[in-house]
Amino acid sequence: MNATVNGEPRELPADATVASVLELLDVAADARGVAVAVDGEVVSRSRWEETALPDGAAIEVVAAIGGG
Amino acid sequence: MSAETVQLDPLQIADRTFGSRLILGTGGFANHELLAAACREAEAELCTVALRRLDPAARGSILDVLEQAGVEVLPNTAGCYTARDAVATAHLAREAFQTDWLKLEVIGDDRTLLPDAVELVAAAEELVDEGFVVLPYTTDDPVLARRLQDIGCAAVMPLGSPIGSGMGICNPYNLSIIVEHATVPVILDAGVGTASDAALAMELGCDAVLCASAISRAHDPAAMARAVKLGVRAGRLAVGAGRIPRRRYAEASTPTEGMPALGPSS
Repeated sequence: MNATVNGEPRELPADATVASVLELLDVAADARGVAVAVDGEVVSRSRWEETALPDGAAIEVVAAIGGG
Repeated sequence: MSAETVQLDPLQIADRTFGSRLILGTGGFANHELLAAACREAEAELCTVALRRLDPAARGSILDVLEQAGVEVLPNTAGCYTARDAVATAHLAREAFQTDWLKLEVIGDDRTLLPDAVELVAAAEELVDEGFVVLPYTTDDPVLARRLQDIGCAAVMPLGSPIGSGMGICNPYNLSIIVEHATVPVILDAGVGTASDAALAMELGCDAVLCASAISRAHDPAAMARAVKLGVRAGRLAVGAGRIPRRRYAEASTPTEGMPALGPSS
């Protein structure tokens, strides 16, 4: 299926979950300061494994950076 | 007791108490080592952080640096232009940092980075309702500050001058009025260029100062962190000391009584 991950189009397996996308990005399951939104809604860390992605999903993966 | 070791009265924001009245902004540091050095010198207990799309090439997390420095994070919503974006970013921040505390920024213009009052109030209302501890970055407008306070914000964070401008406190009169009517802590945010700006903010009655660029973009960030920390302390001490009133004419500090007559008598 097709999805966008941080604005980039990606081809993902049909059974892709939030957790599998993070694995694709090389983000450890316990990485600190990371949050995920799918189609604008936050998916909490405890639901990364179980949250399947709909076709065309827009996935945003954000992490902490320095900022005032 | 030296200015370095003096204990100030603690700062209370919402249900938390802080020994330090300097909040360090972590934006603009060239690398994590300089940030770590600035943290050590600033002795801040709260540091702002932001969220951006994950950079797979990034080395190490800023959170490790801050944890090692023993500071807590205050997420911001920097870069948001609408209440909708700010609220969505707040939700991400709560998930990423496991805190309800939020420095709310809703910007209205990309050259001045001044807050958009209308969007700011809308976002603050929604986030307070959701249970966030909201610390809004605001203009130095006393009416807007009062509105934010009345909504239930835990503090107000008026600017001294635009973000990163280093122009100091452009309207000390407005800032004084904000302080005078505040029932929540007033934290000067934005505009600090050097230590004396931080001291002035405290002398005007602010409860704390947030400083980012003045430290992170200084030639020697650690030295400036130390200077700003001492500026904050000096200003707070001066408030407690009670300054003399301003007067238009001189008032001799040396007594005039008992002057010897040395010239030819008239």
